[in-house]
Amino acid sequence: MTEITIPPIDWRVATQLCIIFGWASVLLIIALFVPRSRIRVVGYLAIAGLVVAAGAGIPFWGGSAETFGGMLRLDTYSMMLNWLFLAAAAVVIAYSLNYLPKHGIEHGEYYVLVLFATAGMMLLAQGGDLIVLFLGLELLSLTLYVLTGFAYPRETSEESGMKYLLTGAFAGGFIVFGIALIYGATGSLNLAAIGDTLARAALAAEDRTYLYAGAALIVTGFGYKIAMAPFHMWAPDVYEGAPTPVAAFLSVGSKAAGFAALVRFLVEAMGSQWPVWAPALATLAIATLLLGNIGALIQNNVKRMLAYSSVGHAGYMLLGVLAAGAPGGMAGQRGVEAVLLYLLAYMLTNLGAFGVLIALEQRGELTWDINQFAGLWARRPLLASAMAICLLSLAGVPPTAGFWGKFYVFTAAWQAGFGWLTIIGILTAAIAAFYYVRIVVQMFTAEPSRETPAETDPALRAGLVIAIAGILVLGFMPAPAIDLVQRSVLATVGGQ
Amino acid sequence: MVPTSYYVLLSAVLFILGVIGVVTRRNALVLFMSVELMLNSANLALVAFAAARQDVAGQIVVFFVIVVAAAEVAVGLALLVAIFRSKRTTDVDEIHALRG
Repeated sequence: MTEITIPPIDWRVATQLCIIFGWASVLLIIALFVPRSRIRVVGYLAIAGLVVAAGAGIPFWGGSAETFGGMLRLDTYSMMLNWLFLAAAAVVIAYSLNYLPKHGIEHGEYYVLVLFATAGMMLLAQGGDLIVLFLGLELLSLTLYVLTGFAYPRETSEESGMKYLLTGAFAGGFIVFGIALIYGATGSLNLAAIGDTLARAALAAEDRTYLYAGAALIVTGFGYKIAMAPFHMWAPDVYEGAPTPVAAFLSVGSKAAGFAALVRFLVEAMGSQWPVWAPALATLAIATLLLGNIGALIQNNVKRMLAYSSVGHAGYMLLGVLAAGAPGGMAGQRGVEAVLLYLLAYMLTNLGAFGVLIALEQRGELTWDINQFAGLWARRPLLASAMAICLLSLAGVPPTAGFWGKFYVFTAAWQAGFGWLTIIGILTAAIAAFYYVRIVVQMFTAEPSRETPAETDPALRAGLVIAIAGILVLGFMPAPAIDLVQRSVLATVGGQ
Repeated sequence: MVPTSYYVLLSAVLFILGVIGVVTRRNALVLFMSVELMLNSANLALVAFAAARQDVAGQIVVFFVIVVAAAEVAVGLALLVAIFRSKRTTDVDEIHALRG
């Protein structure tokens, strides 16, 4: 009988996670005692918790540490992502404060679930071990299934929750089986240890089969989460049926967390196998770029169009992931930076666009036809301008955040030797510009087809202002943001 | 002693059966059962590898997977009950308000 010794735990690594987990648990109980009419107090408290967690990270910026036997990491990469997740969650809660009562679905659990989902995302960014990545992913997914079906008894919401759950559980099965095979091939679950084993010596033929099958299964599983073609079919239905703030959260948070974990897995564990996985991932990236952008082109439903466009954006981020794995240090670091900058720009932009959708959404209204935007400029010039800025940023028009994201991703991919892939990326970006501009034209030149009332409230306006200001600041002065992502280094083996 | 590859083969067959189940069956309850089959086939592989390598990590993972699977089914059944109340069906082909 060997004695079990528990290594000392470095709680600094888990500070932000502990705050969010603890506060979510406390808030769940507080919500029970808040009277039904004042339930939005829970939302304010949730935002307060997010702000505290974001502040608690500041002292640890710049360092790199790991604890729980390498299961949990804190490097500048995960810190930066943590801040992104916390900010996105805060904006989503601000959007929800008036959306929920307007649609008669106000319950305290909503805010608690958003906090738990945020904790899941942070686990995905900080996980240094396959099992932690799996748990983070499931924590994120399980809460999002509930949030997607939150507008019960609205049928579309129930249906989208069910569809999301079935595809998500299916993807979870792929990931678990992939983890099992990789464990069988390398005898470890720790990303750094797997990376070491693979870099040191070639595996036996049987183990190599397990490894590649396992890696393919894990990439497939994460492919569902980041809505990578051909595993993106759930996205339009789920975005359309989910309550709009939840759709916003899904489109930014879930995708960013999936990419965070995918980069960690592919770069840290499978880095030495880059020549094997790069061609496969490049093929998937092309499929994602084409299917996402062409799918968006033929949509008249704006919410579904944004869903397909988010598939397309996953394709651009995959270019960054491809570059991130490239051998030779410099190109790899460029790739990680490109993914982070793109995520930052995409997050601000999509939050802004969904904010405008929330302002336009009426109770019980489910048509998201593009005609709704006709003549918006004449009636609500500020909302129309906000939407226009977001759409131009999604299209990657300078001087917006989206332009710098695309620019950085294309440069990184080009430097890593993916010239033809970069060209496909630029061509699909041109296709994408067409369907984004179509809405802008509708807003500014078309006659209003009918009077669509639009309501904003202080919380929604605050969220919108943050998103739009972020897009413009990043667009006109990209230097601070680029500086920030350049410091965001993925601490690999031994925390170098 | 049975070679590890036999266990892996068996778990791969079970996994593929699960995938086929998800792809072909239309009853939501059967879909959940198929997903369970996928997860449990992975558990079998994990335990086999752990036994072959004399390492407990794989066995510990199995517990996590079991817990997650239970949580997933809890949420799934709740959603299914909600849908059944309003639509009176568990056939996923009958649930199609969203498309396009």
